[in-house]
Amino acid sequence: MFLDTTGAIIAATIIAATPLLLAAIGELVTEKSGVLNLGVEGMMLVGAVAGFAVDSAGGGAFGGLIAAMLAGAAMAALFGFLTLFLLTNQVATGLALTMFGTGLSALAGQGFVGTTVPRLGKIDIPLLSQIPLLGPAFFSHDALVYGSVLITAAVWYFLYRTRGGLILRAMGESADVAHAIGYPVIGIRFAAVLFGGAMAGLGGAYLSLAYTPLWAENMTAGRGWVALALVVFATWRPWRAMLGAYIFGGVTIAQLHVQGMGVSIPPQLLSMLPYAATIVVLVIISRDATRVKLNAPAALGKPFLPTA
Amino acid sequence: MNLPPYRLALKGITKSFPGVLANDAVDLALQAGEIHALLGENGAGKSTLVKILYGVLQADAGEILWHGSPVEIGSPAAARKLGIAMVFQHFSLFETLTVAENVWLGIDKTEPLAVVAGKVRETSERYGLPLDPNRHVHELSVGERQRIEIVRCLLQNPELLVMDEPTSVLTPQEADRLFETLRRLAAEGMTILYISHKLDEIRALCGKATILRGGKRVAEAVPAEESSRSLARLMIGQDFAEAERKPDEGRIGAKRLTVGGLTIASTSPFGTPLDKVSFEIRGGEILGMAGVAGNGQAELISALIGEEKVPVGMLALDGTDIGDKGPAERRSLGLAVVPEERQGRSAVPELTLAENALLTGHQRFSLVRHGLVQAADAARRAGEIISRFAVKANGPQAEARGLSGGNLQKFIIGREIGQAPGVFVASAPTWGVDAGAAAAIHQAIIDLAATGAAVLIISQDLDELMVMSDRICAICAGRVSPAIDRAEATTERIGLMMGGSFTVAGEAA
Repeated sequence: MFLDTTGAIIAATIIAATPLLLAAIGELVTEKSGVLNLGVEGMMLVGAVAGFAVDSAGGGAFGGLIAAMLAGAAMAALFGFLTLFLLTNQVATGLALTMFGTGLSALAGQGFVGTTVPRLGKIDIPLLSQIPLLGPAFFSHDALVYGSVLITAAVWYFLYRTRGGLILRAMGESADVAHAIGYPVIGIRFAAVLFGGAMAGLGGAYLSLAYTPLWAENMTAGRGWVALALVVFATWRPWRAMLGAYIFGGVTIAQLHVQGMGVSIPPQLLSMLPYAATIVVLVIISRDATRVKLNAPAALGKPFLPTA
Repeated sequence: MNLPPYRLALKGITKSFPGVLANDAVDLALQAGEIHALLGENGAGKSTLVKILYGVLQADAGEILWHGSPVEIGSPAAARKLGIAMVFQHFSLFETLTVAENVWLGIDKTEPLAVVAGKVRETSERYGLPLDPNRHVHELSVGERQRIEIVRCLLQNPELLVMDEPTSVLTPQEADRLFETLRRLAAEGMTILYISHKLDEIRALCGKATILRGGKRVAEAVPAEESSRSLARLMIGQDFAEAERKPDEGRIGAKRLTVGGLTIASTSPFGTPLDKVSFEIRGGEILGMAGVAGNGQAELISALIGEEKVPVGMLALDGTDIGDKGPAERRSLGLAVVPEERQGRSAVPELTLAENALLTGHQRFSLVRHGLVQAADAARRAGEIISRFAVKANGPQAEARGLSGGNLQKFIIGREIGQAPGVFVASAPTWGVDAGAAAAIHQAIIDLAATGAAVLIISQDLDELMVMSDRICAICAGRVSPAIDRAEATTERIGLMMGGSFTVAGEAA
């Protein structure tokens, strides 16, 4: 009984963390290229509704996820076009993108309110999923949970072990230097922005297809902002972003259980816990100011105008 | 007799920017194995010409011939493909990456990082440019950073190497070493286009010089047959008065600025902490501080300005402790500081000259009354500075960012000197400023000292320090050497001090 409950809590933690992780990893890549896209929330919502729409129209869960990534990337393309080509302010454009995405998803999702789709299927990993406690906790999830971990690993490998990743980090360090050496700064940044949008869309679709397989207006409930904060508090490092997402997910689930047990702490305070705990833990592990400055993309949010 | 075609020939290169004709039908011809100087004042069009050559800019008109055949150079990558490499004045390096990673990013071949690291080590050893490929750039000295740029160029086996003001950041010893490397490269057949305004260097190093003035090619000279003065005259187009310092024993007065055991951490992750920095300057005296950039000058300047407050007992102005006072308070006590960065620190680029004059001068000239800006007074004040220091600007309402570096520097120096400060500190006062303007700035500072002010000049330019200073010290790794009299100072001796060979009183050798 105890084992079952613990396993269920861990499993729920991982599920709660997955949309945050996907969105945060996407934003991390975007920011590493030097672009600050505050529109994560909006891109997640549009991804969520697009995925739901395609799935419920008979496109299947896989079709829904593809649609969500395309929709997120399309939103990001709009952002990229405005900020990288027309040089609009990144902060203002990102905020506008979130508002736009909130409204657009509500409009597009009007007909879906109250309907459901089948939950994304679980994949039990042979043998491993039979282990007591660990099996149900870690090895009996849907494909996107495993996928999010693989994506984190792939992003880490790309950023720190490949030439392409080095070029991307260089963009975020100094666009002017990268341009002087002869790299297509805007093209590379645009690609990073698109990747961020696709991941945010996927994170949103995880909410509407797997977490709670239904559509509700504004169903991301601020997760896009949490993902943004995770990137900063994780000092732009993929594994730390994952750690942050899991802490957030874990405390969210834990405080729900505590509330369920009828402990006499005001629920408002308990609802604050995930935010406070995530910030405290990530601030503590990232308190070395020099290392933070070394990892932070120095050119973050600075517009790049190719000149002489 | 058929002479081989020039390795590179530029014919009639013309490039205009809004309001400026930067290059006006410029010709340039370079042969194999020559070291060719490109000389000119600020704004003469050197940088524009080089950027066209390297594919960063495109010419409006004119022709580029490479080995005798016309070529289009559309991008730096295209230039590198032809065999043209460039070492920029402002390094194009990423501070948080390693040496090998930086080199890897700058070459077009896709070899594994480990192979590139091995080549960096090998090339740097072969040409006497020692480098550890695995160090991070932010840990390296400026001289080492330049080596990265050079090694990166050499790995591509270029036929033409362009160097933009390469020695402005080096100690004399480092510069000598660079010259040896360059001579060796030229002997192996490489063509080197060398841009500098240090005329002695050009006379020692370059076989030929092309001189630009106002965007036009005005002369070609053999530097060895010219004097520094005649070359300067070709650059400027007229004669100019060099600043002169007359020895005057009776002039030196009482202690005005005392720095005692100044020890502070750096606020930047790439900075240098100061370690027990001590010196004093008397009224009427000019102290020169030599040092390669990044050895604590920035930290010293921000401690003197008051951006960083320091513990009591480390900084005194005319006997008053100023360690815990802010910049405005220190200014009202008679301290004026001109930091190295003109745009953004000494002056606000987006504001007009009148507004910039008001920023540091409003107390002394009461340019703000009852909380209201006295715009007419500020404009008059800016106008005075402009006319007294012959600043080329479109009047007091011109934006600071529109001025060339040299003209803005004249304005800033004029703004501070005009307040008749008791203690005047300037960092790199003539960096990137042409000879005529530099002489004017030097003279103004010397005249200020003659009125009894104590002056500190922090500079990498030894010639400048030799002309102006009464005493010279050096800063290295956050420590400041004892000062020596100018009469005892030689380039070699100061060069050694800049490299850290000195003992501070009270320390073991």
